[in-house]
Amino acid sequence: MKSLQVSTTINGDAAEFLCAPDETLLDVLRNRLGLTGAKEGCGTGDCGACSVMLNGRLVCSCLVLGAEAEGAEIATIEGLAEGDVLHPLQQAFIDHAALQCGVCTPGILVAAKALLDRDPDPSDEALRYWLAGNLCRCTGYDKIIAAVQAAAAEMRGARDVA
Amino acid sequence: MRYARPATAAEAVTLLGQQAGIVRVLGGGTDLLVQMRSGMIEPDLVVDIKHIPGINEIRAEAGGFRVGAAVSGAALGDHAGVCALWPGVAEGFQLIGSTQVQGRATMAGNLCNASPAGDAVPALVAAEAVARIEGPEGARDCPVAAIPAGPGRTTLKKGEFISSILLPARPERASDAYLRFIPRTEMDIAVASCAVSLVLDSAGTITVARVALGAVAPTVVLVEAGASALVGSKAGVPALAALAAAASAACAPIDDKRGTIEFRTEVAGVLARRAAETAYARAGGRK
Ligand SMILES: Cc1cc2nc3c(=O)[nH]c(=O)nc-3n(C[C@H](O)[C@H](O)[C@H](O)COP(=O)(O)OP(=O)(O)OC[C@H]3O[C@@H](n4cnc5c(N)ncnc54)[C@H](O)[C@@H]3O)c2cc1C
Ligand code: FES
Ligand code: FES
Repeated sequence: MKSLQVSTTINGDAAEFLCAPDETLLDVLRNRLGLTGAKEGCGTGDCGACSVMLNGRLVCSCLVLGAEAEGAEIATIEGLAEGDVLHPLQQAFIDHAALQCGVCTPGILVAAKALLDRDPDPSDEALRYWLAGNLCRCTGYDKIIAAVQAAAAEMRGARDVA
Repeated sequence: MRYARPATAAEAVTLLGQQAGIVRVLGGGTDLLVQMRSGMIEPDLVVDIKHIPGINEIRAEAGGFRVGAAVSGAALGDHAGVCALWPGVAEGFQLIGSTQVQGRATMAGNLCNASPAGDAVPALVAAEAVARIEGPEGARDCPVAAIPAGPGRTTLKKGEFISSILLPARPERASDAYLRFIPRTEMDIAVASCAVSLVLDSAGTITVARVALGAVAPTVVLVEAGASALVGSKAGVPALAALAAAASAACAPIDDKRGTIEFRTEVAGVLARRAAETAYARAGGRK
């Protein structure tokens, strides 16, 4: 199989890679670009551990071809913190013990940020529906919901002050 | 496998028509990539149609909307015009998968994957939606109902693909609804489903009805006897009972781990009744 050369933008930075035509974006991120935040839970779109933003939409990177990244804007969990400063969502997950093994966490953080960017004050129900495609085998979800709501409240407060 | 990203519909048609072996259109990839990964198919060529001009757009046309074949569920859900005119189509499409799947899944992909349980299909059929097909002989229009040929098969010919789907104009006092039964509340495949589209007169009497069932036969079923049961009524109890009976009678389902023949047949009737009540209320009907 002939390799394809792909030019894309990841977390605001230009990136180039070679990949096989049938290689997924998840495999490219993890195996070629060293961005191992996105995880492979299932590889079939069911678990959400591989969630990234593609051109402003939340997607499963296991169901995107690397070749499709040509000319696209991708945002991954690696772009969430600003340098050493954690994003309020990340900090809230630590403060509220919203993770155990942590395999689902990067995907849930990316997904939760996508929701809060659209709706800074979601109901618990809206949040649970939004995250229905992010499976967690450890936490039982309640702490995840509490952490996202705490981060949302903090982010709303920060915006009011600004 | 080869990956191609044509810049025009004509280029896509040439690619799809000329390659020997297994050729697949790539829309959102939420079926195709799963099938590739599981080894169900090994395409020789995948044609990514998402860079053809206009294919990601929703445009107003003749009082309705032309939805590009690459428009995702998330993008359609953000379009207030479509959601107001065809709420049943929007809700069927948006029931597909999770937020992540919605970020990529398309109606054309749901239709062409040709699963009997495809959630976007019954409401498109009830809406009399029309697919615009590009092919070696140019563009042609085809009712959505005529596209599925059986599980995993369509009536599209070699070299053809869907470039858009037209949701037609509708008069005032018209609406639609889609309901499916699944064992849980999210992320599951329909055991039975029903879409109902209605037009009412100023007195609230149903003048036009279309009823389509999903997951109860090899392809979507248009239930004409169910539609006749509604026309002339105000969706009262006798009309709804006749609708439910007609919907159940139109079922030719399979037995599988998600539902028995008896269960699917019964539930199809119940869903038809409830979808009709919702469509009737949305169209402004009061009993
Ligand atoms: C986790 C998960 C949950 C899901 N849940 C549901 C659900 O609840 N209900 C449901 O109905 N489906 C569900 N699906 C299946 C899938 O998401 C839908 O069928 C979706 O609409 C497919 O659209 P797509 O654009 O991703 O199709 P693709 O995967 O791109 O294509 C599907 C098929 O159609 C062909 N095709 C695509 N576009 C065109 C075109 N424009 N012209 C001609 N052929 C074309 C492809 O070649 C392929 O054979 C789910 C999938 C996943 C992974
Ligand atoms: S690894 Fe992509 S959804 Fe599970
Ligand atoms: S913390 Fe282990 S899967 Fe969520």
